[in-house]
Amino acid sequence: MGIGKPTGKPTVNATENAVALRDLRKTFDGKDFILNGINLEIPAGKITSIIGFSGTGKSVMMKHILGLLKPTSGTVEVLGQDIWKMTMPELIKMRTRIGMSFQYAALFDDMTVMENAAFPMKEHRPDLTLAQREQIAESKLLAVGMDPKHNNKLPGELSGGMRKRVALARALALDPAILLYDEPTTGLDPILTEVVDDLIYETHHKFAGSTSIVVSHDLFAAFRLSDYIVMLDKGVVLLAGKPEIFYESKDELVQRFLKKGFRNSPPPQHAPGSAT
Amino acid sequence: MIQVWKDNRERISASIDDFFLGLAKSFEQFFVDCGKACIFFFEGLKLVFTRPFRFEEIVRHMEFVGNKSVIIIVMTSTFTGLALSYQIYLGFKLVNAVNLVGPTVGMGITRELGPVLTGLIVAARAGGAMAARLGTMRVNEQIDALEVMGIDPKQYLVSPRMVASIITMPLLCAIFDFVAMMGAHFLCITVLGLDQAIFWDKIQLWLKPGDIFQGLIKAGVFGVTFAAVCTNRGFNATGGAKGVGEATNQGVVNSMVLIIILNFLMTSFIRFFYAVMGWG
Repeated sequence: MGIGKPTGKPTVNATENAVALRDLRKTFDGKDFILNGINLEIPAGKITSIIGFSGTGKSVMMKHILGLLKPTSGTVEVLGQDIWKMTMPELIKMRTRIGMSFQYAALFDDMTVMENAAFPMKEHRPDLTLAQREQIAESKLLAVGMDPKHNNKLPGELSGGMRKRVALARALALDPAILLYDEPTTGLDPILTEVVDDLIYETHHKFAGSTSIVVSHDLFAAFRLSDYIVMLDKGVVLLAGKPEIFYESKDELVQRFLKKGFRNSPPPQHAPGSAT
Repeated sequence: MIQVWKDNRERISASIDDFFLGLAKSFEQFFVDCGKACIFFFEGLKLVFTRPFRFEEIVRHMEFVGNKSVIIIVMTSTFTGLALSYQIYLGFKLVNAVNLVGPTVGMGITRELGPVLTGLIVAARAGGAMAARLGTMRVNEQIDALEVMGIDPKQYLVSPRMVASIITMPLLCAIFDFVAMMGAHFLCITVLGLDQAIFWDKIQLWLKPGDIFQGLIKAGVFGVTFAAVCTNRGFNATGGAKGVGEATNQGVVNSMVLIIILNFLMTSFIRFFYAVMGWG
């Protein structure tokens, strides 16, 4: 298994796929294809970053993985199942196995931190009592570094970094097999960016066996944290594999992207968790 | 003058064209919105009967649509009752028929003003809030978050609001009717010195339960109307804060226009139905 180029030829060997996209195409107007034949296998248990210039189809691809968009053609397999062959109850059940951290956290602003973190359990775990739900939510909040003194605050009273933490705790509430991060560090200052990057890394390793997929513009974070990197361009996979192959690539666009992304400074070593 | 017209003919002609094209576009948009709200309503209604049932959410929205509207309904209905009864008193005094002020006010309030004013007030207050709330949730990705969590956002956000509006609107209308009649009673008996016994006797004679009932039915329909229109606009809002503002504005305006149109259609239909059934 592995991450493949548009030709479908695997380039990286892994043991198992969390997500497999096969000849995925998507058009909204019937003419311009946002995704134009994506063949991609995202290995389970690893951190995979999806990078690329704006408008290359990263978010659209992510929405396909979540089952929010239906492909024009091609298949989307998540945890070994074609999600568009599922019934709606099966798709809902599948979604409970995927946690999503949104770009701007997307917390429910009329709920407290605790209510937000416990909300997925309230919906999908009717077997749990309120006290049990709150206990689990508190453990998730602690795991992402939220001080319990903030538990009764509303999202509007939190800083950007704290909102991201709460969003991550909510995404972890149902112990998902796959965690998706949409532009996790967009709009954050450099210090907070590093904190969030570390949080992604620590969370991934704390919840053993989970797969993390990070859609990001932040090349430093992508190269520092990721086991695999996928670069999209014009709706196809331009290059995919371990971070090293990006440094070695002779592709002009890849080199231009790396140069712009690192702003002419030396690229970081692939040493996840080295950030303090 | 003619020379000015000749010199600017093309410009004036283009302006007139633009005006009528804009008008036609507004009408088209209004009917498209009505159609979409209709589909949205039936989708929402279907989801009311699917599990998990959202009783807690329905009660929460009933509190928002109903309880929080009571004060404004009481205030507007008091002054509506006062003003209407005074105008009717002045008119009937000319033809020496002041004994009929009570039932005329009663019929006007229960059949028309009660449901229509309740509909307009609650559409502006609660409908606007619904559109703004859902619009904000849409642009802040909170609706996407619900979907990603495996929760049907229409079932969670839209259906409870619709049900809450259907239940609370007739109750608010009943409060409006009662308070407006108390206002009319106060003005006619205490201020204008009409005979209390005659006032209420004539009301009992002329005002039928069917009059009150048709007002309550209308109020329920107006509740569905503004809930469907406003939630549809909010749920499908796009374009950030500007989009939310436009969705709220359009939702409230369309709801109000629809309430006025529906009121006339329902009055005609209900009078016809009552006539066929021999009820009035």
